[in-house]
Amino acid sequence: MSNTIKVSVWRGQTEGAFEDFEVPRQPSQTVLDVITYIQRNIDPTLSYRFACRVGVCGSCAMTVNGRPRWTCRTHVDKVATDGTLQVSPLRNLEVVKDLACDMTEFFNKMNRAEGKFHPTKSRDDDFDMVLPDDPKRKQASQGIECIGCGVCYAACDVVEWNKDYLGPAALNRAWTLVNDVRDGGNAERIAAVSGDGGCHACHSQQGCVEHCPKHISPTHSIAGLKRAVAKSALKGIFGGDD
Amino acid sequence: MPSAGIETKLWVWQRASAAVLGLCVIVHLILIIIAVQGGLSAGEIISRVSGNVAWLMFYSVFVIAVAVHAPIGVRTILNEMTGLKTSQTYLVMAVLCLVILSMGFRTVVGLYNAGGV
Amino acid sequence: MKPRGHRNHAHYWAFVLHRVSGLLLALFIPVHFYVLGMAIESATRLDGFLSWTNTPLVKLAETMLVVLLAAHLTGGLRLMAHEFFGTRESSKTAVAIGTGIALVVGLTFLLNVR
Repeated sequence: MSNTIKVSVWRGQTEGAFEDFEVPRQPSQTVLDVITYIQRNIDPTLSYRFACRVGVCGSCAMTVNGRPRWTCRTHVDKVATDGTLQVSPLRNLEVVKDLACDMTEFFNKMNRAEGKFHPTKSRDDDFDMVLPDDPKRKQASQGIECIGCGVCYAACDVVEWNKDYLGPAALNRAWTLVNDVRDGGNAERIAAVSGDGGCHACHSQQGCVEHCPKHISPTHSIAGLKRAVAKSALKGIFGGDD
Repeated sequence: MPSAGIETKLWVWQRASAAVLGLCVIVHLILIIIAVQGGLSAGEIISRVSGNVAWLMFYSVFVIAVAVHAPIGVRTILNEMTGLKTSQTYLVMAVLCLVILSMGFRTVVGLYNAGGV
Repeated sequence: MKPRGHRNHAHYWAFVLHRVSGLLLALFIPVHFYVLGMAIESATRLDGFLSWTNTPLVKLAETMLVVLLAAHLTGGLRLMAHEFFGTRESSKTAVAIGTGIALVVGLTFLLNVR
């Protein structure tokens, strides 16, 4: 094994090119270490994002050898099997510069999917008892660990093919709120996730499941949304309480 | 589904027709595997199906289910993989449905009536 | 800048199979109706066509169609099980089983067709 590694890094915006660097190998080196080395020792004009560097914030998400990952949690040994690395910004998002992408659309879609809490009580009311083994609570628990890193969004083919598609993270968030008994916004939420870019556009390819660093299954949440939307629609014909 | 969006309606119809097709296809595959044993001929097909009401009913249901299921699927592909506008994809879907219904019933009813010539 | 390493997993290939088989079957349906419709005009016309198709290449194509139909069916069942019952990691096994069943059906057809 040589003591350096060849790294191809994306430079520019949507239009741009890969630039090659040679970086010394270190034990337990992560891809974030490599990018940081380049910026500090070779080319200070390289732009990239990171924050915690210990795998809890999701800021350092990039495309590494074709796959979206957290660079701080990606060991070079595991991915650069032939001594080469290719690093580019997350797919499906506008590129600000080099390895930093614009997360605006990602978060806009969270809003469009009604992935926000609608409170129903005031401080003067009694609060809802939600027991840990309540089935809805369990469903919500499966999805609430999402930190909005964008890896699933970058991995999703439907996001690539359908500009309106809300995406796995936004729909996963919507599902957690559908299961939140304290929330009062379900009518708007069901409408929001059943439009042109809604839950029905998911084909269960599970690119999101495959790549989510928190091991969440947005596909599972989206299937739940499909059931909830269908139930709501069928109630419309057959009547019943709402 | 008065208040449901188009996407929801299409999804429900797609799954409903898929459930019907699941049964129809299994029966069809079994029938075909039996039918091709010892070779296939027009005379054989006609003698088996003409005047057979059960066959007519089964394949009529099959044709309707396919006419619902296939165009919805094709529409999704057009929507995701071509530059067609959404409204245009609905038009293509409707045309496909009519084509399958007309060709399908012409064939099914025609074969039911054949052989009496 | 579009590397493709992120698509190399079971469910993506299952999706491709489902979409491709669906599209090919949708294109085949009108052809199927047209050919069967030949029998309505005259039995001899269909027989003429059928003898033309009595070649190994056509038999192979027919077998492929049967495999595609069975694959689309098993894939669809797996998809609906996921959507209605929320089956999880075990569904990678379902992908394998579904593909296996489709191939078995195709083989059965191939062994029976003459």
